Amino acid sequence: MSVTVHIPTPLRQYVGQAETLTIEGKTVGDALHKLTSQYPDLKKHLYSEDGNLRSFINIYVNDEDVRYLERNKTPLKESDEIRIIPSIAGGSAAVAPNVELRPDEILRYSRHLIMPEVGMEGQLKLKAARVLTIGAGGLGSPLALYLTAAGVGKLGIVDFDVVDLTNLQRQILHSTETVGKPKLESARDRLKALNPDVQMELYDAKLTSENALEILKDYDIVADGTDNFPTRYLVNDACVLLGKPNVYGSIFRFEGQASVFGMPGAPCYRCLYPEPPPPGLVPSCAEGGVLGILPGIIGVIQATEVVKLILGKGEPLVGRLLLFDALRMSFRELKLRRDPKCPICSEHRTIHKLIDYNQFCGISPQPQEKLPSDWEIDPVELKDLLDKSERIFLLDVREPQEWQICRIPGAHLIPLGQLPANMNQLNSADNIVAYCRSGVRSGKAVDLLRKSGFQKIKNLKGGILGWADKVDPAVPKY
Amino acid sequence: MSIKVLFFASLADLTGMRETEVDSRAHTSVASIYTKFARDFPRLEEHRASLLYAVNSEFVQPDSPVHDGDEVAFFPPVSGG
Repeated sequence: MSVTVHIPTPLRQYVGQAETLTIEGKTVGDALHKLTSQYPDLKKHLYSEDGNLRSFINIYVNDEDVRYLERNKTPLKESDEIRIIPSIAGGSAAVAPNVELRPDEILRYSRHLIMPEVGMEGQLKLKAARVLTIGAGGLGSPLALYLTAAGVGKLGIVDFDVVDLTNLQRQILHSTETVGKPKLESARDRLKALNPDVQMELYDAKLTSENALEILKDYDIVADGTDNFPTRYLVNDACVLLGKPNVYGSIFRFEGQASVFGMPGAPCYRCLYPEPPPPGLVPSCAEGGVLGILPGIIGVIQATEVVKLILGKGEPLVGRLLLFDALRMSFRELKLRRDPKCPICSEHRTIHKLIDYNQFCGISPQPQEKLPSDWEIDPVELKDLLDKSERIFLLDVREPQEWQICRIPGAHLIPLGQLPANMNQLNSADNIVAYCRSGVRSGKAVDLLRKSGFQKIKNLKGGILGWADKVDPAVPKY
Repeated sequence: MSIKVLFFASLADLTGMRETEVDSRAHTSVASIYTKFARDFPRLEEHRASLLYAVNSEFVQPDSPVHDGDEVAFFPPVSGG
């Protein structure tokens, strides 16, 4: 059987700079044996001294990882394609010669240095590595903290947000003292205190199609800790275009996902989720809530994968989606496949440069359609009417757990999702004022009820947060 | 003669179920199981295009066949960070 072997850039120096070679072989093991007999210099880069394939070398036959086939015994057909994929794309097996550890660093990293999987070689790889984390929030916190503690050479952080009191339940990079400060400043102080040797590069910006390639190009590995779909597709596409591993993590309430995308020959985020959900369908942490510990678990898994990729040890989470459920306290694993029609990572790709990701995710640049102004009522105006004993039916469309936090006295609770089935509890002759936390959900309620014939319903501007600001400061904000 | 069905993230909220079973004789594909639940919970329909489908922990296409004893799981994308 005559097959084509694709040689990755770092290994081409051992095969006379050939990009592809034609080899005869009945099985993968057979073909690789013939390859390394023909090019003996290649052998020690593919096989360890005990004759096993090195752990950071992945072998794909026609885009299938042989670990999921029959490994070395995987049979070959005429004109099959074999790809040799080292764990770090574009990385070099050797560490930069000018990197070494000072005595105090040797002490700091001693628990790494005494392990065979890390050792001096691994610690020097960490010191030479450049990692970019997108976001300094829930996932970015454990990522940045552990990567800094582990002694990566350079850590880049992209974030444009300010620390808010509601962040502290999960974003352990920040503290009560740094509320109100930019997250980057807060992160820098915390990380510098932890390990002053790590070179920090802070990008006070939102990652966009315009700046992404420029920022990402200086890093070996990217860790995605963003909180929205447009940026996730942007990070994916930028990593695929640049050939950089994308260590992905994402969370929702009690559940999280992690994987490593963007490795040559392996699936990317788009292979998994070709289509983004319609805007507003999947709640963010701010809308849906999240268990504070959860980003810790997922972020630490991401940090682990980053470190493994740098060390070239173990089996990376490539071609696998790890799913964690804290309520079930269970991990599941889904085997992933490359989408042969993937618009960015397949041979038939249609995307060759970064696109408009807000548009791709259906997010319009203008704010969502506004209600007519006479469908809205200001909190102060509502207070005046209530004080004048006007008969007003106050409709709270939030969830029961929000109702337990605070409410406007006299209100009636009908969560938005249950409103269509419970309209009979409302009287269209009443003056109704609907409210939620900030006015978005109650805006939908007003729209729905107006369409159902309620002419006297208004939306409380700014929701119960506006009520707390303008009328009753005793109402807690959340 | 049953297939185990798992709902994750917001789908578990929408259906009020994390785990249930369907009769395997009534279904030929992953999509037909989803359709059955979407009849009971119409809001599932909005999620259909962006879902990840799995049978026995393997990522599959919606038209993939299902058999007695299979475990079918529906995963919506999540974006939190």
